[in-house]
Amino acid sequence: MSLYDLFLAPLADYGFMRRALVACLCLSLGCGPIGVFLMMRRMSLMGDALSHAVLPGAAIGYLVAGSLSLTAMGIGGLIAGLSVALLAGAVSRATSLAEDASFASFYLTSLALGVLIVSLRGSNIDLLHVLFGTILAIDSEALTQIGVITSVTLVALAIIYRPLVAECFDPGFLRAVGGHGPLYHVAFLVLVVLNLVASFQALGTLMAVGLMMLPAAIAQLWSRNLPVMLVVASGTALVSGYLGLIASYHLELASGPTIIVTAALFYGLSILIAPSGLARRYFPRPHLTG
Amino acid sequence: MSGAGKDAMQREGAALTLRDLTVAYDRHPAVHHVSGTLKAGSLTAIAGPNGAGKSTLLKAIVGELHPAEGCIEHGLSAREIGYLPQAAEINRRFPINVLDTVLLGDWHQSGAFGRVARAARDRAHEALSTVGLEGFERRPIGSLSAGQFQRVLFARLLMQQARLILLDEPFTAIDARTTQDLLALVTRWHGEGRTVVAVLHDFDQVRTHFPQTLLIARELIGWGPTEEVMAPANLLKARAMAERWDENAAVCEPAA
Repeated sequence: MSLYDLFLAPLADYGFMRRALVACLCLSLGCGPIGVFLMMRRMSLMGDALSHAVLPGAAIGYLVAGSLSLTAMGIGGLIAGLSVALLAGAVSRATSLAEDASFASFYLTSLALGVLIVSLRGSNIDLLHVLFGTILAIDSEALTQIGVITSVTLVALAIIYRPLVAECFDPGFLRAVGGHGPLYHVAFLVLVVLNLVASFQALGTLMAVGLMMLPAAIAQLWSRNLPVMLVVASGTALVSGYLGLIASYHLELASGPTIIVTAALFYGLSILIAPSGLARRYFPRPHLTG
Repeated sequence: MSGAGKDAMQREGAALTLRDLTVAYDRHPAVHHVSGTLKAGSLTAIAGPNGAGKSTLLKAIVGELHPAEGCIEHGLSAREIGYLPQAAEINRRFPINVLDTVLLGDWHQSGAFGRVARAARDRAHEALSTVGLEGFERRPIGSLSAGQFQRVLFARLLMQQARLILLDEPFTAIDARTTQDLLALVTRWHGEGRTVVAVLHDFDQVRTHFPQTLLIARELIGWGPTEEVMAPANLLKARAMAERWDENAAVCEPAA
């Protein structure tokens, strides 16, 4: 088997592989940076919670518009995800419940609701699709949707970059100079939900955050510089997406999980050999003179 | 050195006026019926025992806490106030370097979206060398010691060019050398005519460096020239204040 057969032939031969690859490209461009900021805000698990929160909306969209109408599911997911994000935030502000606790309650509720709604009418296959995604079944309509979301994400991140960094780094300072921190927090949450909706179609609710958090963790192991981290996160997400797709094609594995496992392999490798990883701890380089 | 005493005398006008200010947590007052005026360009220490409402007073001035009664008048916008909180909610592990941290102090000009002018960069380098951290520009803040990090925060305050500067226990857990350098900076701000208020624990520091003192133990005990306010009788009175809440306190009625 030549290198061409191994790495390029699947893409050259099949349109669905090409569309899947483009979807991966878009997702990694948007989700990588979002994941880094989520991690910087210590909201890694919040992303997970939000991805489950998308489910009931998507399920209702699916009930209304029929099997796998991605636009309806996307819009439903967006509404559900945003409402949970804002409601959970509002509840934690209005009561003594910490934000993570109220998020946990909300996302469990929505996950349960979502599965209930899907099982009302759909088959188990549909449920599997909703939970684990159908990256190989992405059509050009869905691809457009993902592309638009990625473009919006990148432009919005570029615009709110400075206040978002300030809000992550020193929210007290931003408040003191009258910088409207909560506004950027909400804008960021909207971007998170948008990207979850995009990756929900490809990877399903259960693994939608996979292309956010794993690349972000890898980036954190390799760099202490925010712009570099953003690039590393997007890059590893893209490479994992591509290699995962190829591997799933040749080994006849489910593609979504294979992509995430590929990212996880990179993560494991990074834990071992990255500058702040294990290898450096056990085999330290000699210290410098000053 | 600027004539510390002279300055306060010459400048007329109030930077800030407290009118019958009460700030409460769960209806229990932490600052109780405090009135007075902070002269523009004055250098004031806020002293008092633990739980006396010193930090609460600063938080009320920056607007983080809302008065339960009375009001604070200062005609300054948020951008003209520089505030260094005691336990800043700063994420020390955030991947940002020293220079970018200091440049945040340019917020009053660059804002959220504007470009950072070359002049601002020059001022940031200058501010860093003022606090003795030249050459640290590219260092990530996670690699700094507590003292160095406090110097960075002071450099950011320098950038802000605030008219009113509020420091909440700026020298707690900071080494003597750094404290001395930063105190020199405070004196310089005073010399430039900025109004500076600092919450302090060290009474010697208050006596040597701060011409004005506000002594508080929930209620105002004294506000004026340091040697008068820090008289033994006043300090005794402040210490006698009960630190714990009275769970069954009655509603505070205005004296007829």
